[in-house]
Amino acid sequence: MPGIAHLIQEFIRTLPFFMKPLLLTFELTIASVIVGTVIGLLVALLKVSRIPGGQLLANIYITLIRGTPLIVQIFVLYFGFYKVIDLGQFWSATLALAIHSGAYIAEIFRGAIQSIDKGQMEAGLSLGMSSAQTMRRIIMPQALKRSIPPLGNQFILSLKESSLAAFIAMDELFSLARRLSAETFDEMTYFLIVAFYYLLIVMVFTYFVNRMEQHMAKGDS
Amino acid sequence: MSEKQEMIRLQNLKKSFGDLEVLKDINLTVRKGEVFVLIGASGSGKSTLIRCINFLEMKNGGNIIIEGKSIDPKKDDLTQVRQKVGMVFQHFNLFPHKTVLENVIEAPLVVKKVSKEAAKQEALHLLDKVGLAEKADVYPSSLSGGQKQRVAIARSLAMKPDIMLFDEPTSALDPELVGEVLETIKQLAKEGMTMMIVTHEMGFAKEVADWVAFMNQGRIVEMAPPQEIFNNPKEERTREFLNRVL
Repeated sequence: MPGIAHLIQEFIRTLPFFMKPLLLTFELTIASVIVGTVIGLLVALLKVSRIPGGQLLANIYITLIRGTPLIVQIFVLYFGFYKVIDLGQFWSATLALAIHSGAYIAEIFRGAIQSIDKGQMEAGLSLGMSSAQTMRRIIMPQALKRSIPPLGNQFILSLKESSLAAFIAMDELFSLARRLSAETFDEMTYFLIVAFYYLLIVMVFTYFVNRMEQHMAKGDS
Repeated sequence: MSEKQEMIRLQNLKKSFGDLEVLKDINLTVRKGEVFVLIGASGSGKSTLIRCINFLEMKNGGNIIIEGKSIDPKKDDLTQVRQKVGMVFQHFNLFPHKTVLENVIEAPLVVKKVSKEAAKQEALHLLDKVGLAEKADVYPSSLSGGQKQRVAIARSLAMKPDIMLFDEPTSALDPELVGEVLETIKQLAKEGMTMMIVTHEMGFAKEVADWVAFMNQGRIVEMAPPQEIFNNPKEERTREFLNRVL
């Protein structure tokens, strides 16, 4: 076990090296969560809609994604699609993470939409609004608000899962930690340091999600 | 034609949930300006009946004729029908993410494309009418049940409906808040609004109704002006019911 003094010393020494990978981890996470949220929203709407085949399609997607490991999905996208279209490392990793988290985000949205009291839809309809108008203006704003805590949780998961991109040679946080430990044979030090980086980001992010939740709680009944 | 215009006419209306027949051959007519009150035990089909008129439940048979036009839910635009037929729910169903004012202007803005200024003006007028003008900018969560229901009434009136349906409007309220809601409904009756009301408030029914229908097991057992049905019920089952609730 490395000593505290050594850890701090190494942390400071490697700080400049970690800045770029840190940024890349952020970019990967944010891009994949944005794309994943769009996918998740579309799939959730497909699932609650009465479009023929929509539910089946959504269920197939969710089953496939939840039923296979993320690392396999990343490799399939990276190596599999490479032959059709070269997405590059960043977008392969981002898309794999997005398609992966999209399945979970879809379930988050679906649950939130279905948790809204059916009286809300009835009230909208009774006022002469169409079901699409009621969905957009009455149900979705409330459902999105309820989705924020689980979405924050999903963001944290995506952030940590982005470390798997190291295996398609992305120079993100975990990748650098692996390289540093391979160069020095001082594995524990660098994996503890990278763990600290992840922990720090997650804690900062959790703080902001909590703040946002408190801020949004004001109109609740 | 000296008779007042027919606003609602139900002919042999039938509704089932699975094997359970909830409405069996309902026939009734509500004319312009009339207040039609439905009474009966829980599970007798009153709420289902009123929800069918607004097509929140779809009938399984018979005709629903609104202002002279038989409505076919498959062909007709139900949003058009519902604009003419307002509905007030037992649990208010206000939009919790919108202020009181936003609740009231929502449908006029979105459905009728009224200008925001005009919608606001009308909404404030309606809120004033139900005695809640000073609550325009608060969220529903800070209102009492009675206030919520009065906002729901104002929200429904904002679409300028020809007919108002009330589905047990005071059943979810604390006893001391029932009065203010009934007062608001009475005011509407005085102004000549055509209304159908499901209620357990017999004193209110007696006072405000032009017609009272007693429902039992999916049928209208007896339909008469309130003096008759309350003072001199013809059917044994009506008598039994009234003995239990009065």
